[in-house]
Amino acid sequence: METSVENELITRNDISLRVITSEKIRDIVKGIKRVKRSHRQIRAENVFRRTLVIIGLAMVVLVVGIMLTLIVQSIPSLKALGIGYLWGQTWDPVRDVYGALPFLAGTLLTSFLALALSIPFSFAVAIFLGEYYPKGWLANLLKNTVELIAAVPSVIYGFWGLAVLVPIVRSMEASIGIPSIGYGIFTSSLILAVMVIPYAASLGRSMIQMVPSNLKEAAYSLGATRWEVIRSVILPYTRSGLFAGVLLSLGRALGETMAVTMVIGNTPLMPKNIFSTGNTMASVIANELGEADKMVYNSALIELGLVLFLVTVVINMIGKKVISRFTNE
Amino acid sequence: MESTIVKSVDYNAYFGDNHVVKNVNIEIPRNNVIAVMGPSGCGKTTFLRGINRMHELIPGATAKGKIMLNNEDVMEMHPIFVRLKIGMVFQRPNPFPNLSIYDNVIAGYKLNGIKLPKAEKDKIVEHSLTRVALWKEVKDSLTKKGSFLSGGQQQRLCIARAVAMEPEVLLFDEPTSALDPISTSTVEELFHELKKNYTLIIVTHNMQQAARVSDRTAFFYMGELVEYDNTKQMFTNPTDIRTQNYITGRFS
Repeated sequence: METSVENELITRNDISLRVITSEKIRDIVKGIKRVKRSHRQIRAENVFRRTLVIIGLAMVVLVVGIMLTLIVQSIPSLKALGIGYLWGQTWDPVRDVYGALPFLAGTLLTSFLALALSIPFSFAVAIFLGEYYPKGWLANLLKNTVELIAAVPSVIYGFWGLAVLVPIVRSMEASIGIPSIGYGIFTSSLILAVMVIPYAASLGRSMIQMVPSNLKEAAYSLGATRWEVIRSVILPYTRSGLFAGVLLSLGRALGETMAVTMVIGNTPLMPKNIFSTGNTMASVIANELGEADKMVYNSALIELGLVLFLVTVVINMIGKKVISRFTNE
Repeated sequence: MESTIVKSVDYNAYFGDNHVVKNVNIEIPRNNVIAVMGPSGCGKTTFLRGINRMHELIPGATAKGKIMLNNEDVMEMHPIFVRLKIGMVFQRPNPFPNLSIYDNVIAGYKLNGIKLPKAEKDKIVEHSLTRVALWKEVKDSLTKKGSFLSGGQQQRLCIARAVAMEPEVLLFDEPTSALDPISTSTVEELFHELKKNYTLIIVTHNMQQAARVSDRTAFFYMGELVEYDNTKQMFTNPTDIRTQNYITGRFS
């Protein structure tokens, strides 16, 4: 009896002693660590902030650098050809005559035609995945497939275009009684349309999924059908996001080189209609820069790059303006 | 003798395998205010959303049983016609942010593709906004966006939007829980006016509100309709022990 009480006392004392000592030690250690840590933290914070600033500035320097390189290397061509370069319709390296208009026209034609062809598909996919079937195996299959479209290397699209699209377009052209070439603006637009679908589709999908459900429910409670909810609630609410997606698609189409160069026919002539052959700025640069041995020829190609760069910048700026107007309304 | 407008017969609602409303039988008399109260997760909102077939909009949600509206089973009707006859007001005011106050009131017509002459629309807008005591406050700013109004005004705008469709029944899902006390009392006063023309079913968390505004009260607990009676009777002399416990605040 007695021993057990004694034992208990001892153990109790032991525990309390141990608690006190370990707590004290922990306090002391903490105090030391806190001082050291706060110094270290401040230093890390500064380093971190400086790193961010440097990386951010590096991006700006990089873009400005690219721009400057383009401008500097374009100087010989600017001097020799002047501003007339922009609307010159002849591109003849042998006679040293360079005009960018056929390629500017080729780029804009293929890109906007591709956009027009792709929008119905990308919006349909966005609405299907964003509103109708956001879950389930069919949705996953579609989502992954569409995302895969963006991951396929463009040379494969070019190859597929050569092997499949060109013959199809050729027989189609033959059946409607126009010169049946198969290559050209239309074929390039078809390829581009497929390639740009995922950009507008995935941005559109995430925008549509972000529409607050209480707005949709408000419309449903007033007797709206699903289609009416999409048209009157979801599309007005997401239009700036959908437009941003279209802009991403356009940017991709403007710059695409490989797939286009394989099916466009590579003729330095003004396209007469959407079935004629032609060339785009990106495609010309890729095709001819290697063999441009003359100073002006080389520089004219680089100026073409400058024009392409400016076109994308301008289109992006216009797009930002439109988006901000949509959002402010 | 009051006639019954809504009657549920063995109504059950599920989310997947989760049985959230269990065998509810209730008769709701015309031109009355019915309060539906109960603790969180008791199925009261699900039951309310079942009445106008909003419940099944949620993926995986299903329902069984009958809900009779004037002797017609809404479970057999097309949900769109059901929702035209049974309007709904939600917990958070949800006017369409891209529409003006005017367009918000006639949004139901616009959504359903019903074209009306301007004079007719003006009449509906004025009439509906007057019904919710908002006309005087907004008649000079009808072209402004709905989101420009205060929370209480927005909620009344949403009621006007539902009223504009001339439904027979109006469902309210905790209509004042996002409002300040003054807006709450304005909305509560509205209920007395609205019940002259409509039957109101109001889900509320707030027992005092149920006692203040309703003619009859239904108490839900764990998905079951525990008690349904005159509000006075319910709050002074409840028959079920669970109702008693809830009213006296023993659980909430």
